[in-house]
Amino acid sequence: MDEINNLFNGFAVAMTLPNIAYMLIGITLGVLIGVLPGLGGANGIAILLPLTFSMNPTSAIIMLSCIYWGALFGGAITSILFNIPGEPWSVATTFDGYPMAQQGKAAQALTAAFTSSFIGAFFAVALITFLAPVLAKFALNFGPAEYFAVQLLTFCSFVGMSKEPPAKVIVSMMLGFALAAVGMDTVTGQLRMTYGFPVLLKGFDFLIAVIGLFGIGEILLTMEEGLAFKGKSAKLNPKVVWETWKTLPRYWLTFLRSTAVGCWMGITPGGATPASFMSYGIAQRMSNEPDTFGKGQIEGVLAPETAAHAAGTSALLPMLTLGIPGSPTAAVLLGGLMIWGLQPGPMLFVEHKDFVWGLIASMYLGNIVGLLVVLTTVPYWAAFLRIPFSVIAPVIVVICAIGAYTVHSAMFDVVMMMVFGVVGYLFKKLKYPMAPMVLALVLGDMAEASFRQSMLLSQGSLSIFWSNGLVGSIFGLAMLMLIWPMIDGLVSTLRGKAAN
Amino acid sequence: MTTPNDSPGQESDSAGATLTRGPELVVGLIIMGLAGLVITDSMRVGIGWGDEGPQAGYFPFYIGLILLAASGAVVLTTLLKWGRSQAVFATREELVPVFQMLVPMVIYVVAMVFLGIYLPSAILIGYFMRHHGKFAWPSSLGVSIGVPLVFFLVFEKWFLVPLPKGPIENMLGF
Repeated sequence: MDEINNLFNGFAVAMTLPNIAYMLIGITLGVLIGVLPGLGGANGIAILLPLTFSMNPTSAIIMLSCIYWGALFGGAITSILFNIPGEPWSVATTFDGYPMAQQGKAAQALTAAFTSSFIGAFFAVALITFLAPVLAKFALNFGPAEYFAVQLLTFCSFVGMSKEPPAKVIVSMMLGFALAAVGMDTVTGQLRMTYGFPVLLKGFDFLIAVIGLFGIGEILLTMEEGLAFKGKSAKLNPKVVWETWKTLPRYWLTFLRSTAVGCWMGITPGGATPASFMSYGIAQRMSNEPDTFGKGQIEGVLAPETAAHAAGTSALLPMLTLGIPGSPTAAVLLGGLMIWGLQPGPMLFVEHKDFVWGLIASMYLGNIVGLLVVLTTVPYWAAFLRIPFSVIAPVIVVICAIGAYTVHSAMFDVVMMMVFGVVGYLFKKLKYPMAPMVLALVLGDMAEASFRQSMLLSQGSLSIFWSNGLVGSIFGLAMLMLIWPMIDGLVSTLRGKAAN
Repeated sequence: MTTPNDSPGQESDSAGATLTRGPELVVGLIIMGLAGLVITDSMRVGIGWGDEGPQAGYFPFYIGLILLAASGAVVLTTLLKWGRSQAVFATREELVPVFQMLVPMVIYVVAMVFLGIYLPSAILIGYFMRHHGKFAWPSSLGVSIGVPLVFFLVFEKWFLVPLPKGPIENMLGF
C-alpha cells in the first residue's frame, strides 16, 4: 500500500510543532471567520493569503486549509444558536438546529452538528487519500484536449446542477471568463479589453473579486435584514456530548447517504451549499416521520452538516489532482499554490510529495483538532455575536479593504472590491450564482490556454474533442450536463401530464 | 440597531417596495453592454487564425457571444413576464439600511485614496458606533482608534506588509 506509506510520511511532515501551532491558529481564525457575518471561508482565506507569501508552502497551506475547516465548523454555531447562517452552507442547519435550541436542546444540536461535520470530513479525506493518487496518475496522460474537456465538464456541471436559472449560471460564468481575459494575452502579448486604461493591464485578480463578492456583498445583505442578534446561549458539558454521541450510531444510514451526496457534490463542483440542501431533502424524504423535520429533528442537523463538510473537503480532490477547484474556497487555495510557486495538477504528486501528503495528513489532524476546539470553546464564540453589528460591520469593511489592498499593494484593487461588492449584492438578490464567476475567473487563462493548444493540434477543428474515447466521453458527459436542465424540465412536464 | 430611524412615517406595504423586474432588466442590459465590449475588442485584436495559431480574440469572442445570448435571454424573459411579475426586490425598510452602509463605504474608499487607510478606518468605525450603535464617546473613540492601531502593529510591524498611508502618517514620520 503505497498510499499508506505516503500518508505516514505526510503525518511526519504535518506533526511538527510549528505546523501543529499553525493548525491551531488556522482553526481558531476559521471558526471566528465562520461566526462573523461578511467573512467566510473563501474571502477569509483570500484576505490572509498575502500574509503567507513568505511562509514555507506546506505550513501555509496547512494553516489556510485549517481556516477552511474552522469556517465549516463555525457556520453551525451561529445557525443553531442565533438562527443566522454564518455561511451559506449552514442555511439548512438552521431548519432543525434553531428549533432544537429553542427547545433547550442547543447542546445536543451543537454536538450533533460538530460530530457530523467531523464524520463527513473524515470520509472525504479518506476518499482523497486513496482516490487522489490514482486520479493524478491517470491525469498524467492528459493532453490539452482532455484538460479542456475536464474544464468544460466542470463548467457544464454548474449549469446542470445549479438551482438558479441556467441563463443566469451561464451569464455569471461567462462574466468570469471575460474578466479573466482582460489584460495582456500571454501567447501573443496583445492587450485585450483594456480600452486604454493602464490599471487594467494586469487584469482582474480573482482574490479581489472574492473579497468583494462574498465580503462586502454579504455585509450589504446583512444590513438589509436589519439583524438583531438574539440568540440562545449554550454550555457544552462532557455529559451532554457523551449522551448525544450514544444516540448517533442509529443514524448511520443518514451519515452514509449524506457523505455520499457531499463527496459527489464536492468533486463535481456543486459545492457545499447545494450538497447540504440536497442531503437535508433526502433525509426528510427517507425518514419514517418526515413531519418532524423543521421542528427540531436531530437528523435535520446531521444530514446537512455531514454533507457540507464532505463536500467542502472533497472539493480539494480535483484541485490537487487536476488543478480544477471544486468550490470558491478551493479556488482561493489553488491561487495560493500558484503564488507559492507550485503548479497544481498531477505533477504535484510526483514533484512535491511532501507538500501533498503533508496537506492530506493535516486534513485528518486538522479536523480532529477542529472538533476538539469547537466542542470546548462554543460559549466564547457565541459571545462574539453579542458584539453589536454597528461595531462588527465597519471593522469587517476595514478588514476587507486591507485584504484587497495587500494582494498587490494597489489602491485600484480596493475600488474594484467595492464594485464587486455591489455586484455581489445585486447577484444575490437577483439569484445569479457567484461560484461559477469566481471559478471562471480563476480557470479562465488555463481553460483558454488548453483550448488554444487543442486547436493548434487539430488545426482549428473541434473534432479533436471526440478524437479518442477518453476525451470523447468527458466531452459527451459535459454536453449531457449542459442540457440537463432541459431534460429535467421535459421529464417533469411529461410526469405532470401523466399525472393529469 | 440597524433600524432606519429617518423614515418613521413610511407605510410598510408593498407600495413602497422595489419590484425585482426593474433591477433585473437593468443588470441584464448592463451585462449585454459588457458582452458588446468583449465582442468588439476581440474583433479588434483578431478572432481568426494567425501565424502562430488562434489569435488573441479567438477565445474571448465566443465568450462574448455566449454572454450576449445568455444575458439577452434574461432580458427577454424579464420583458415577457413584465406585467405578471410581482416579486419584490426589496422594501423601502430594507433598502434604507443598505444605502446607510453603502454610502459611507464608498466615501471610505475614496478617502483612502487621499488619506491612507488608518484615519478613514477610524472615522468609519467611529461614525457607525456613534450614529448606529449609539455608543458613548469614550467607547466609540477607544474602538475606532484601537482597531486601526492593532492593524498597524500586526501588518506594518509584525508581518512587514505596508498599508496605504497619507499626509498624517507622513507628518508622524512613517
